Amino acid sequence: MFLAVNILLWLVVAALAFIAALRGRVLFVDGARTGALEFLRLLPRIGAGVIGSGFIAEVLPKAVVASWIGPESGLLGVVVATLGGALTPGGPVVGFAIGSAALKSGAGAPQVIAYSTAWALYAIHRLVIWEVPLMPPRVVWLRAAVSLPLPFIAAGLAMLLAQP
Amino acid sequence: MTEPDPPRPRRRAFDWSTATIAVVAFAAAAAVYVRDGREHFLDILGSDVTLFGEMLPKVLAGCLIGAFVTMILPREMVARWVGHESGFTGLVVAAFFGFLLPGGPITIYPVAGAFLVMGADAGAVVAFITCWTLCGYTRALVWELPFFGPHFVIWRIVEAVPLPIIAGVLARIAVRSGLARLSAK
Repeated sequence: MFLAVNILLWLVVAALAFIAALRGRVLFVDGARTGALEFLRLLPRIGAGVIGSGFIAEVLPKAVVASWIGPESGLLGVVVATLGGALTPGGPVVGFAIGSAALKSGAGAPQVIAYSTAWALYAIHRLVIWEVPLMPPRVVWLRAAVSLPLPFIAAGLAMLLAQP
Repeated sequence: MTEPDPPRPRRRAFDWSTATIAVVAFAAAAAVYVRDGREHFLDILGSDVTLFGEMLPKVLAGCLIGAFVTMILPREMVARWVGHESGFTGLVVAAFFGFLLPGGPITIYPVAGAFLVMGADAGAVVAFITCWTLCGYTRALVWELPFFGPHFVIWRIVEAVPLPIIAGVLARIAVRSGLARLSAK
């Protein structure tokens, strides 16, 4: 599984690099450099988050996490997780580190899915910092409003399919 | 590359969220060391570092795919496609491009803005942003996979597939019923 995913990904990289190279050396070198720089820039952030989330999960009070958003917490747990997602500030490191720490310390998968879906769709700080300056505000609020039920639908599907 | 690069605000700025997580992680690590001892501390550190290391080739691949797709796929063409398709097909096309286009918020929101100018309706724009947010592969590969592992991420994305269309349909209903008023300017 691990190896197959890696091979597939690098085949895609090779195909895209080939197309870029056909269109010119500059494009190819530019793409490779941009991608590599982005990787280097992200490395410390992902490292801090991934290595940190293991320790954070270890000190989180498991009984408390499980009773609020555990697999048995049902719809109420999904509501709590959705609210938590909407209120989580910060970039991707924060949301994913909290989500995976919660999962490791006893949160239910549908609840974590609700959390990360809500956080991705309408974390309040992101709407204000990113979306409102770059988009017509009416579109932003419309998008946020119609997104309100989506974490519940995602969590419901997760419960229905019993996966992950 | 004919289109101008979008502005990149705050790109080099000090990253508060990473710093916060680093401080919290450090405190948690110290607490584990004091509470459970050196051996348990090294156990956790070892498994997390292994996880991190295993993910690095995928993260690098994700970054490279994102960079090449940005250069190969002209934004103008994407905007024209989404702007001209309407009906249910329009929602699906918009969602598909949301899946396809890599990049962070600074590159994606100007593209969504361009859709509006080129005549796409609010439903298509909502479907595009929702799909980019929930099903975008660069985000999943670079960020989500290292934290959650492939099993969780794949299922989360499968369960997210209907969501962009639902959001797009809801947005259209809201606009048509007069609950939300939008002009394409």
